[in-house]
Amino acid sequence: MIEEKKEVVVIGAGPAGIAAAIRARQLGLETILIESRDVLGGIPLQCIHPGFGIHYFGEDLTGGEFIQRLIDKMHGIGVNYILNAYVHSIEIDSYIEKMVNVVTPNGVHKICTKTIIYAAGARERHLFELNIFGERPDGIYTAGEAQTIMDLYGVLPGENIVVIGSGDVGLIMARRFALEGANVRAVIEIMPYPGGLMRNIVQCLRDFNIPLYLGHAVTEIIGGRRVEAVRVAKVDEDMRPIKSTEFEIPCDTIVIAAGLTPNIDLLEKIGIAIDYRTKGPIVNELFETSIPGLFVAGNALVINDLVDYAAEQGEVAAEGAKIFVENDGIPTKSWKRIEPGRNVRFAIPHYISGERDVMLYARVQKPENDVYISIANLKIKMHNVRPAEMIRVKISTKIIAESRNTVIPVEVIPHEF
Amino acid sequence: MNSEEKELICIICPVGCSIKVNKTMDNISVKGALCNRGIEYARQEILDPRRIVMTVIRVKNGNLPVVSVKTSIPIPKKCIDKVLKLTALIEVEAPIEIGQAIAKDICGADLIATRRIEVKISKL
Repeated sequence: MIEEKKEVVVIGAGPAGIAAAIRARQLGLETILIESRDVLGGIPLQCIHPGFGIHYFGEDLTGGEFIQRLIDKMHGIGVNYILNAYVHSIEIDSYIEKMVNVVTPNGVHKICTKTIIYAAGARERHLFELNIFGERPDGIYTAGEAQTIMDLYGVLPGENIVVIGSGDVGLIMARRFALEGANVRAVIEIMPYPGGLMRNIVQCLRDFNIPLYLGHAVTEIIGGRRVEAVRVAKVDEDMRPIKSTEFEIPCDTIVIAAGLTPNIDLLEKIGIAIDYRTKGPIVNELFETSIPGLFVAGNALVINDLVDYAAEQGEVAAEGAKIFVENDGIPTKSWKRIEPGRNVRFAIPHYISGERDVMLYARVQKPENDVYISIANLKIKMHNVRPAEMIRVKISTKIIAESRNTVIPVEVIPHEF
Repeated sequence: MNSEEKELICIICPVGCSIKVNKTMDNISVKGALCNRGIEYARQEILDPRRIVMTVIRVKNGNLPVVSVKTSIPIPKKCIDKVLKLTALIEVEAPIEIGQAIAKDICGADLIATRRIEVKISKL
């Protein structure tokens, strides 16, 4: 057993974790980064499409290019890290001290630390969360699995593909299948509007004449050893399939692109407070959870649409860790609560102090045109808002200072109001 | 005079403007774009639609069996099929560095590696 003492332990070496580790090291904190896989980088490694880094590096990069830059930067400033290292548990010893128990190929590490930045990402929602019945033959993949098989290992999982869910990952994989010569039979989306960005509907589906079935659900998977078809039906207003509208689409491969959910099992075990809206932790403006000194960033905090935001959150968490280490806690006169209002599905962070400028991330419930985003006295005009597009707004200390209430509502309001 | 009207959705940024383009013999008018980049996109899309294309190419002696690549500039949409049929035939030798040109001047673009591939260490 190896015993160590650190000021910050970063869990997860994806974009949020690496950005956090870099920032923590730059701020002079004794830092260690723990990664369960045998490589640094996380999910962007398997993303070969562009659209990464436009905010963070001011350049349009692929996932692989983006993360390699971050990894090279990390090596450049000498951050300690362990690969193949699995965080078994976290123990909260006092307000200040925590113990991170890590299983590694060289034995168990017990790392005593003042702060933890948890950046273990998200997991894909799977078949059982979609209420799809029927057989369980070969040929069913999540979008992320299909992406790994195709774009890291160069294997095409099938020839006739049906994608379930129209989130951006599903759309991007539909394009990848089409580019590699597979026949994408359909993308099935239960909601009446697409889950992904309009630009991806255009460049991933329309470019390749891939049909998108909005307001439809897969009711059954048909097949013996291998997938043979899916049964699809229109849904009514309550999302229930309408039996009389059922039809079959023959296919040999099903790709589940049903979205992501924060991967926080380890944190649930130690009793952090969770927001039922985001399925992630409740946090303050430094992304500190309900356990003092335990910070969270990236998709473990909230499902982001851009890698740039995940990296940005990692940096904020590192700044939080620095403040915690210096002051034995986060000193604040008062916390004001952010309250999601009209057409706001969630808003992050949940508590702000007004002592520093804060980036607010929010998502709407339904698409709307010509609206204002209203946060206390701040009103921002938007041409359109869509659930697929995260809203990111900087709230200055001035806005918070002007608000006398302890609750700050975040709302989307139509122009005519 | 012959005129052709087309509705497009801009793919330049996440806003996704709905754009109406009217093309006559000597003029293209663009309505509905919120910025100049959208106007430029609409013109390009009507005259010569182009896309960045990404795929993977087989690697010899690499720590991974394939390397990801992208076209250095957007290529004409009608060339996409041709490029992918060609990339299916290419094989490159490890090591490969990000930014390395794997193939040059295909439909006016180079194929650029977007992943670092190291030489496979064979275990004796």
